[in-house]
Amino acid sequence: MTRKSHRVLPGFGLSLGYSLVYLSLLVLIPLGALIARSAQLSLADFWAIATTERAFAAYKITFGCALIAAIVNGVFGLIVAWVLVRYDFPGKRLVDAFVDLPFALPTAVAGITLTTLYASTGWVGQFLEGVLGFKVAFTPAGIVVALIFIGIPFVVRTVQPVIEDIEQEVEEAAASLGATRGQTFFRVLLPALFPALLTGFTLAFSRAVGEYGSVIFIAGNMPMVSEITPLLIISKLEQYDLPGATVLAVVMLVISFVLLLAINLLQWWTANRHSGRHIENGVQA
Amino acid sequence: MSTVRRVNTESLLVRCVLIVLALGFLFFFLGLPLLAVFAEAFKQGFGPYWHALMEPDALSALGLTLLIALLVLPLNLLFGLAAAWAIAKFEFRGKSLLTTLIDLPFAVSPVVAGLLFILIFGRQGWLGPWLQAHDIKIIFALPGMVIATMFITFPYIARELIPLMQSQGKDEEEAAVSLGASGLQMFWRVSLPNIKWGLLYGVILANARAMGEFGAVSVVSGHIRGETNTLPLHVEILYNEYNTVGAFAAASVLALLALVTLVAKTFVEWRMQKETEMLSAELPPERAPLAAVVQQAASQAGDGKLEAARRSPERIEK
Repeated sequence: MTRKSHRVLPGFGLSLGYSLVYLSLLVLIPLGALIARSAQLSLADFWAIATTERAFAAYKITFGCALIAAIVNGVFGLIVAWVLVRYDFPGKRLVDAFVDLPFALPTAVAGITLTTLYASTGWVGQFLEGVLGFKVAFTPAGIVVALIFIGIPFVVRTVQPVIEDIEQEVEEAAASLGATRGQTFFRVLLPALFPALLTGFTLAFSRAVGEYGSVIFIAGNMPMVSEITPLLIISKLEQYDLPGATVLAVVMLVISFVLLLAINLLQWWTANRHSGRHIENGVQA
Repeated sequence: MSTVRRVNTESLLVRCVLIVLALGFLFFFLGLPLLAVFAEAFKQGFGPYWHALMEPDALSALGLTLLIALLVLPLNLLFGLAAAWAIAKFEFRGKSLLTTLIDLPFAVSPVVAGLLFILIFGRQGWLGPWLQAHDIKIIFALPGMVIATMFITFPYIARELIPLMQSQGKDEEEAAVSLGASGLQMFWRVSLPNIKWGLLYGVILANARAMGEFGAVSVVSGHIRGETNTLPLHVEILYNEYNTVGAFAAASVLALLALVTLVAKTFVEWRMQKETEMLSAELPPERAPLAAVVQQAASQAGDGKLEAARRSPERIEK
């Protein structure tokens, strides 16, 4: 069947050829350059550059802040998705469209705006610092705020369709068997939502790890304290330390690949459960 | 407490608390920043705002941003169509690898993306000596910024089209070809009308990212005022010079672009949903589940990424 369709529809060679050339020029050759460049270093040199104290501090800040932000987004993203699907309130469609703002707003704009809001003279910073004595701008807490901003849509948009898909009969069955609403949520709904939630969480985390534009303004960028890995790459570039920048880029790239793999596995898991549930419903529910 | 009608929802108190939490969170993290952009931009009134926008540097940054988007989008459009056509309509080995490769820019830090092109075109890069000998500037010039933006934005259109074209199958195109249509006729009369909203959706997302890209472009631009400054880079420079009004005036233009993007996106989503609703009404009942899934895929907003639900049409069809 596949062979026949090759003959029927035109353009296979052309479209695949064009895609491959485009991807090779734009992705494969540049990645090759990165790997070739880092292969010029001995393993010991590579390791030494990748594990300097400053680099370690940067990894810790990058991944720590991304993790906290992704957890916050996981919790609130679930609540927002739930509210948007299940409840009615005025302006709901507007709010729904508004969730995508971080996809549309350039990161530099988000960066300077959040910095202004959370600085000690800003609308929010004034209150946090004056009343609670908690400094956000120019500390790692500021990085977390910026990463929460850019990560919001990921969790909401992955969880939302799954909530829409839940058959209400399942909840009715749980309730009629004597479960309280809380038990139904934690025993029945949450397990069904969990793969999507985890996917959204990983997407938000993966985006946060590489984020640059929104973070550099609010971070303060103190080496060892609030310097993220992408910024460290830039400062190495500015000092013409190309090998140093390359090594850090390889470290980040490897981590990105692992995250991408995790996302794809999660997708596969979710999709399997997803289609499995449709069949089960036909038979059991 | 548990009357039949109420088993499927929470008590009024829980509902109110959740709504307040959700709206509060969104207002605090999304609404407030958006308000702040315009509040800061107009802090000293309309005069200084307008003056900051009409600066020659600001205008040239705006021009460069538009120019880059104008150069990048057609190339990415062509790639998106080609990749989606090959992946959605044909079977071949290494297809999932190709799909993963298309997702790659989503996972790579923009800074790393910029660095990749420095390693090729930069002074110490692979082609550096040759480019210098022939006096061709790529890094710290327009070509480098276009290439970096292409890298960041090429997945958007392809990612939007692949699941859409997969869910539509190839019956209509095959019918057109077997009735004697040429390849181009088939594309213009059958394929393009079927995917036009999805295509537009991808273009809107890619455009927003292309105009707003900061990290990757910043690495390869060299920040030469009036020459290689895009609007986001212009925002950064003014902000670092403590020219708050100027920075936020430029930022307000970009925020306006974001709002236009959201409106356009919502409109296209609405159109796609309407069309799939019509489709499911036309279909015989046994195919209705497929239509429902397609509709759900279309109604999903988001980044056009990896969502599982978008892949399920293909799975169910098999």
